[in-house]
Amino acid sequence: MKAQIRKLLTVVDETLSEQGQEVSPPVRRAAAVAVIANPFAGTYQEDLSALIDIGEELGGLLAARAVAALGILGGDVQSYGKAAAVGENGELEHAAAILHPKLGAPFRKVLGKGAALIPSSKKRGGMGVVLDIPLGHKDAAFVRSHFDGMEVRVSDAPRANEIVVAVAVTTGGRPLPRVGGLKVSEIKGEDGLR
Amino acid sequence: MPDVKVRKFLVSVEDIFHEGGPVATTPYRRGAVLAVIENPFAGSYHDNIQPFMDDLKPLGLAMAQKLLAALGCEPKSIEGYGKGAIVGEAGEVEHAALWHAPGGYAMRDVLGGAKAIVPSTKKVGGPGTRLDVPVTHVNASYVRSHFDAIEVGVTDAPRAGEMVVVLVMTTGPRVHARVGGLEASDIKAGDGLR
Repeated sequence: MKAQIRKLLTVVDETLSEQGQEVSPPVRRAAAVAVIANPFAGTYQEDLSALIDIGEELGGLLAARAVAALGILGGDVQSYGKAAAVGENGELEHAAAILHPKLGAPFRKVLGKGAALIPSSKKRGGMGVVLDIPLGHKDAAFVRSHFDGMEVRVSDAPRANEIVVAVAVTTGGRPLPRVGGLKVSEIKGEDGLR
Repeated sequence: MPDVKVRKFLVSVEDIFHEGGPVATTPYRRGAVLAVIENPFAGSYHDNIQPFMDDLKPLGLAMAQKLLAALGCEPKSIEGYGKGAIVGEAGEVEHAALWHAPGGYAMRDVLGGAKAIVPSTKKVGGPGTRLDVPVTHVNASYVRSHFDAIEVGVTDAPRAGEMVVVLVMTTGPRVHARVGGLEASDIKAGDGLR
């Protein structure tokens, strides 16, 4: 284990109705979150490869936990996203090192596919800072019904020398999508866009 | 009396490996289940609200079972519990008190006869309000190692006419418990206190 993990958190939300309308089947979304030590807190480090490797490790671990929390097969995940919050002694680039170079491949391996870019967000902040994880369809980024966001936070993290890393997966899009655009039934799923 | 109308469930599970001290061989696990329900008394004063406690009983039981499943352990592995409620702005704090019997007895049922009173807290608040749900040992309220609290909340709830009801469970003492007092291994009286 390359990451020094202090804490893991899994959150599942399940929406059964919205504005008095039944949501059938209910939409379920899961986020898996890790609170890890930031090996480069308080220093400027040119080579961020240690964090890149940590990202690779967490991509598989968090994706597996999130999918397990939904109790579905990886292939049944519809949309996904990722995010990181760096504690005050770290640098935004540390979040980028975890999220962008290597986290995606093991995440997609858990899902079996994932042609679309994994939408992401990042920030620096104190304990309890809110992460809004952007969500998009895993095989076609233009599917309008699946543009969404899931808010997560850990009340006691990130401490100054920590990083909070999160991935989210869902069983569907927004509860009552009705603003048109590309539909799931219309996607080809080859170029990651449509 | 009115049916209980659930808009949303949220389940969170946290694995705590350490907090700066020795890494636990078995992580300390804490979980919470939240239901966002319609407040049938929102908007006006109702004198007779108590029958709604009975209506809430099946929900309490379903939530306790949902939480235990998410924690992935046997009832005997649950060592701490607590409950709470947040009432939206068109309600009153007395509505939160309706959760006392159905929430507490549901957990006792599922855990097979826990003896201690279930600690609780409540408030009136807007969407995203956070609640620090107190936690004590399931069989003896004075066990010092198990005093804890779990912060919970739902980004978009409670709306004015809603309430959020909460159950929490834990699998052991705080991860670095070391301030003495009654130990879980010394519980004797069977009175729910010591």
